[in-house]
Amino acid sequence: MSVTDTYTPVPDTGGPAQPLISVRGLQKHFPIKGGILGRMQGKVQAVDGVSFEVKKGETLGIVGESGCGKSTTAKLLIGLIEKDKGEIIFDGHALGERLSLKDLRRGVQMVFQDSYATLNPRLTILDSVAFGARVQGLDDPDDLARKMMDRVGLDPNRFAHRYPHELSGGQRQRVNIARALAMSPRLVVLDEAVSALDKSVEAQVLNLLSDLREEFGLTYVFISHDLNVVRYISDRILVMYLGEVVEVAPVDSIWSEQAHPYTRSLFSAMPAMDPDERTEEPPLAGDPPNPINPPSGCRFHTRCRFASAVCKERAPNLAGLTRRGDHLVACHLYDAGSGHPKAGQGVPK
Amino acid sequence: MAVVETDPTDPRAAPDMAVAKPQGYWSGVMSRLVRDPVTMLCAGVVLALILAAIFAPFLGLGDPYKGSMIARLKPLGTAGHILGTDEQGRDMLVRLIYGGRLTLFIGLVPVVLAFFIGSALGITAGYVGGLTNTLIMRTVDVFFAFPSVLLAIAISGALGAGITNSLVSLTIVFVPPITRVAEAVTSGVRKLDYIDAARATGASAWTVIRVHVIGNVLSPIFVYASSLTSVCMILAAGLSFLGIGVRPPEPEWGLMLNTLRSAIYVNPWLSALPGVMIFVTSLCLNLLSDGLRSAMNVRD
Repeated sequence: MSVTDTYTPVPDTGGPAQPLISVRGLQKHFPIKGGILGRMQGKVQAVDGVSFEVKKGETLGIVGESGCGKSTTAKLLIGLIEKDKGEIIFDGHALGERLSLKDLRRGVQMVFQDSYATLNPRLTILDSVAFGARVQGLDDPDDLARKMMDRVGLDPNRFAHRYPHELSGGQRQRVNIARALAMSPRLVVLDEAVSALDKSVEAQVLNLLSDLREEFGLTYVFISHDLNVVRYISDRILVMYLGEVVEVAPVDSIWSEQAHPYTRSLFSAMPAMDPDERTEEPPLAGDPPNPINPPSGCRFHTRCRFASAVCKERAPNLAGLTRRGDHLVACHLYDAGSGHPKAGQGVPK
Repeated sequence: MAVVETDPTDPRAAPDMAVAKPQGYWSGVMSRLVRDPVTMLCAGVVLALILAAIFAPFLGLGDPYKGSMIARLKPLGTAGHILGTDEQGRDMLVRLIYGGRLTLFIGLVPVVLAFFIGSALGITAGYVGGLTNTLIMRTVDVFFAFPSVLLAIAISGALGAGITNSLVSLTIVFVPPITRVAEAVTSGVRKLDYIDAARATGASAWTVIRVHVIGNVLSPIFVYASSLTSVCMILAAGLSFLGIGVRPPEPEWGLMLNTLRSAIYVNPWLSALPGVMIFVTSLCLNLLSDGLRSAMNVRD
């Protein structure tokens, strides 16, 4: 029996047209407590009104600076932290209504960034990989774990009884992938899953992820700060800034034209391989504003070259570009009726 | 696809790596312990003391209560009394062996009880966090307002003299520090990604604690608790001295140390003997707990 036969994901319910996961108005504010009585002194607005959909079988890449809420979004998706507001709908079932947290975790798994910290140092690799299957009461968890280890390129006879500290970073990340897949999930959230690996190992793991996606019909949410990696693996890219979505577009569309001024700065900060392709775009100055007191209106207006009065007052809505309906951007420059002096013209070339 | 790291034909792979020994965690701990001579020696001494204490009545020793007015404070090496006699002419060797029964009992039992109670409280507080943590830890903090000796005396005094009451009061004294250590270690482990990864499987809090938390927090708590054993023996001796613990003529090392202290100018070696026993026992317990800590650490 091959590993594909032992892969038993939760059955599809809504057909291929229904998004596998859709998120509406997701919000998470972390309270900051201080003082003698631990009173609330403020809130970190980590994720504020994030909405997106992931279609079945597609890979959504999420990019953005450190602290923009990428990881918080990932942890909200799998229910590791509780959302304040908003809906998470997995294959037509809303979390908390027709879908329990345990059911959600059967369908959604996560691979974390730090491959060492995500493995219990006192458990053997086999025990770590089989843990989820045991918890969910799947048949013969040990056999399943061995097959999955074999599938991700770790010989179970050599590695099953070893401890995490005896493995290299790449091997440990393979263990983490095997552990996530041993649960037969349909969606895998990869939170900076390859960022800590060196380039050659990163390429191997990325290839492995592509192969696994095909073999098991997986859907990925791939979070990274490395645009090239995201381009390689993703079908669509979502750009976050200070807890908000600023642009969502298919990879080719965003690669040829970055609509939002922030996305443009992010792409121009990427070193070009060809000296002739160096951008003249000035890089973004300074750090992102403090998420405890984010700027009013459009959160990017403090660092935007095209900001006008309306940007400080009113937050733009996420809307499709006129030429390409599946390329969404949240910027007053693209909304003809926004009141921006250059409204409807878009970011100048 | 290329899998460089696990290629079975890779000549760089060490030959011993090809055969994975199926070995459980505890058998690994045991095999590491056996290779540590100091720990094995200490384990032997502690085991001998415990066995001697348990089987004291069957060793053919004399009566630990039988004194002799003419054979008081005989020095070490006296014929018939190889370790001399105490201030009432009772054989020191017999009393030291019998003394081990009470001393080890009073030294170990409260620490073992406090280890279980404190670990349970501390792991709960550290894992659950929030209001539960505040309630448990602030309650524990109340006990920290009193020095441990004073607290033991106060509780024993309120409950009255006797071995059971000593055990109860000493247990109460040791629960707060063990809880605090357990809470600190657990809340550290709680923040690590592997706990998140385990929770992400849909496992219940109890399963996560059982599989992922306990193994990673128990050895520091255990090492700390074992270091309290010697303190516990000394506190018990203090209680006996004040008349609210073990009462004479029961043989108990702490009590013997106290009653023999008046003889220190007459026969200093003799009066040091119960102290030597306490010293050797607590040293061995401490070294044993250190050895266990290294053996329980799979990274060595």
